Amino acid sequence: MELKSKDLLGLEYLSRKEIQLILDTTIPFKNLFTRSVKKVPPLRGKTVVILFYEPSTRTRASFELAAKRLNADTLNITVSSSSVVKGESLIDTGKTLEAMKADFVVIRHGMAGAAHLLARTVKASVINAGDGSHEHPTQGLLDMFTMREKFGSISGLKVAIVGDILHSRVARSNIWGLNKMGAKVYVVGPSTLIPKFIEDLNVTVCYNLKEIIGELDVVNILRIQKERTVESLFPSLHEYHKIFGVTEEMLGKSKKSLLIMHPGPMNRGIEISSVVADSERSVITEQVTNGIAVRMSILYLLGGKASEINY
Amino acid sequence: MKKNIIMNEKEIYRAIKRMSHEIVEKNYAMKNLVMIGIQTEGVFLARRIAKEIENIEGKKIPVGVLDITFYRDDADSIANQPKVRETNIPFNIKNKVIVLVDDVLFAGRTVRAALDGIMDFGRPKIIRLAVLVDRGLRELPIRPDFVGKKITTTPKDRIVVELKETKKNDRVILQVKPG
Repeated sequence: MELKSKDLLGLEYLSRKEIQLILDTTIPFKNLFTRSVKKVPPLRGKTVVILFYEPSTRTRASFELAAKRLNADTLNITVSSSSVVKGESLIDTGKTLEAMKADFVVIRHGMAGAAHLLARTVKASVINAGDGSHEHPTQGLLDMFTMREKFGSISGLKVAIVGDILHSRVARSNIWGLNKMGAKVYVVGPSTLIPKFIEDLNVTVCYNLKEIIGELDVVNILRIQKERTVESLFPSLHEYHKIFGVTEEMLGKSKKSLLIMHPGPMNRGIEISSVVADSERSVITEQVTNGIAVRMSILYLLGGKASEINY
Repeated sequence: MKKNIIMNEKEIYRAIKRMSHEIVEKNYAMKNLVMIGIQTEGVFLARRIAKEIENIEGKKIPVGVLDITFYRDDADSIANQPKVRETNIPFNIKNKVIVLVDDVLFAGRTVRAALDGIMDFGRPKIIRLAVLVDRGLRELPIRPDFVGKKITTTPKDRIVVELKETKKNDRVILQVKPG
């Protein structure tokens, strides 16, 4: 069993078996974290370029730690201080990185499909760390890993993704991945934040979280992305909190085993109340730990392809 | 392909028993003695040796599990990454006497990787090597301290160790390619 592509562009393009392989391989990497030496050598001598066109703390830090714990060298390129501000195109940036013999390029970009374009241009393995509102595959994988760890299996779980489905790449990666793994997926949010024809992705649309909270196993709460001025799409943040915010009161109606997830960073008091965020059912900080292990697993599995590059 | 059974159940049992006695005979401080088995067959053998030592000395010997995949030296030459298995060393190895256990000793590269892996857990006092079969043809300066059976092979031969933990019988098979 192996990954078919040299790149990880989205969960839409992975088979159930490939997702399973990534999740299985994550376990031994997670076990490393309890050791005093958390570093292992399989990517020794490889270079991982982290190319971010959008601000990020946790995803960038997570990829950097994952690469470093596999003994790869990392190079961080922040666009605000790079030649991109001088007008260099993505393809030219890719060619430059190729000339520097990068083995992996981890890219985050505001435009959907940016990672695909880069993957076609360079020989290096391209990992999509978020492209516009399209996909964020490593987040989808770490969410699934966390669910599998808690429930033993994803198949049959009822998972609700709550919030701004319209702009969320996390939502789309979760939907693709969870459906492949046999979960039942709901999307919940104000009608202005639920895209048209989302049912075609095999999800159930719901406009009131209270109606379904009782049957859910997992609620994955999305951030209200103020930077995308979504506030104009519903009356007020206060009203959003009242209807879609996950609160203590709502937990009273749910299963005792309900898992609370959030990709971060959280807006406490808007999509999630502080009490819920810090409750025992919340696995939000574990998601961060699992994120590093999942990214190590992906770098490791793609590493075999990267070693075949003939520069 | 010619298949020869070079060790049967009884011979494997005797070899393990003798190796266990040899380890005890070395007079390591029993409270510092631990076993680490290399995935997969090495783990079963390590557990069997630990059990034999317990029978002889009346003391339980801790057994750790080591997967050497991360430490291989051929990561650059294989396109499909090998499957990563569990590593679990549930004790502190600092100042311990470790008996590293594997099924077959061949080029010595697995043992080299295992030594790197162990060192990431701490600094043991001594590491000794126990193998069920030593087939020669070393590529690295590594030698075993406790050997079940030593045989001469050619590079094309294959040695397969089957143990009851996962297979039907205990046996060691030598597969000789004709020509």
